[in-house]
Amino acid sequence: MADAPTSDLAPAERHAIVRDSLGVGIATGLYGVSFGAVSVAAGLSVLQTCALSLVMFTGASQFAFVGVAAAGGAPLSGALTALMLGTRNTLYGLKLAPLLGFQGWRRGAIAQLVIDESTAMSVTRTSRAAARVGFVTTGLTVFALWNLFTLIGAVAGNLIGDPKTYGLDAAVGGAFLALLWPRLSDPRNRVIAVCAAAVALGVVPITAAGVPVLVAGGVALLAGVLTRTAADETELPRR
Amino acid sequence: MTWLAIVSAGVGCYFLKLAGVSLPSRVLEHPVVERVADLIPVALLAALVAVQVFADGTQLTVDARAAGLAAAVVALLLRAPFLVVVFVAAATAALLRLVFPGW
Repeated sequence: MADAPTSDLAPAERHAIVRDSLGVGIATGLYGVSFGAVSVAAGLSVLQTCALSLVMFTGASQFAFVGVAAAGGAPLSGALTALMLGTRNTLYGLKLAPLLGFQGWRRGAIAQLVIDESTAMSVTRTSRAAARVGFVTTGLTVFALWNLFTLIGAVAGNLIGDPKTYGLDAAVGGAFLALLWPRLSDPRNRVIAVCAAAVALGVVPITAAGVPVLVAGGVALLAGVLTRTAADETELPRR
Repeated sequence: MTWLAIVSAGVGCYFLKLAGVSLPSRVLEHPVVERVADLIPVALLAALVAVQVFADGTQLTVDARAAGLAAAVVALLLRAPFLVVVFVAAATAALLRLVFPGW
């Protein structure tokens, strides 16, 4: 059945894909609650927090944006870090476009749903119909729940008082590590991760908050341009 | 200023997604593009972990956040889901601060 893009999906296969996609979508959407709480703890308003989830809608960039804000960094540093992390979705889109085959206004609409989870649930499908079901089901489920739980987390976070009492500042580090973890199975990525962390900490005493992370991003750029290893398989989120 | 940053970064992130689904896929075939695109999230996330946990303004410190990170590592090694990892990191730091106020 591979390479039969126009064939209809068997009901059993469709059900299996929808069930898996809903599972991933619900699990991911729920952790919007941690983003909402962390964001108001960083000093953003409930409205600003919800705007990030609606418009930016890509978890790592959102956590990065509020993480820089929490550290007292300039909003511009937060925005640049968020954008650099967002380039990952461009890569996903390049892989997904020929598979999903959306055109015109539909392409503009589904672009917002291009995130780690929707990519992981569609990029391995063997037909266009299956890929579309996985992508749209996961993307819409995450979008709806992520925004709902962002609001819940932000409102709750506003009610609880000093966020440090609840360890919310430590939650951010845990969140970034959990996002990074699946990529550390690659030895080259482990080296890059250690170097980036060391460089970032090294420049903390001499730069404004938010800048160390951007410097580390520059290290990745340099490493990518200068190393001459054979091109590896582009990393996609693993489940 | 914060709103300006939110809107510009948010809209920018949308256009990064739109560019991906609109550009011809041969853009990806350049090995440098592929490598850099692969390395950037790793470097940024690692730097964010380090700075979030060990920096306090422009000073390096070790406090309850480091214990939270260690607990997160244990949770990840036990293959805990995302929300559990985040909760474990927060709870560890919160408990330590309960015992050692001001840490």
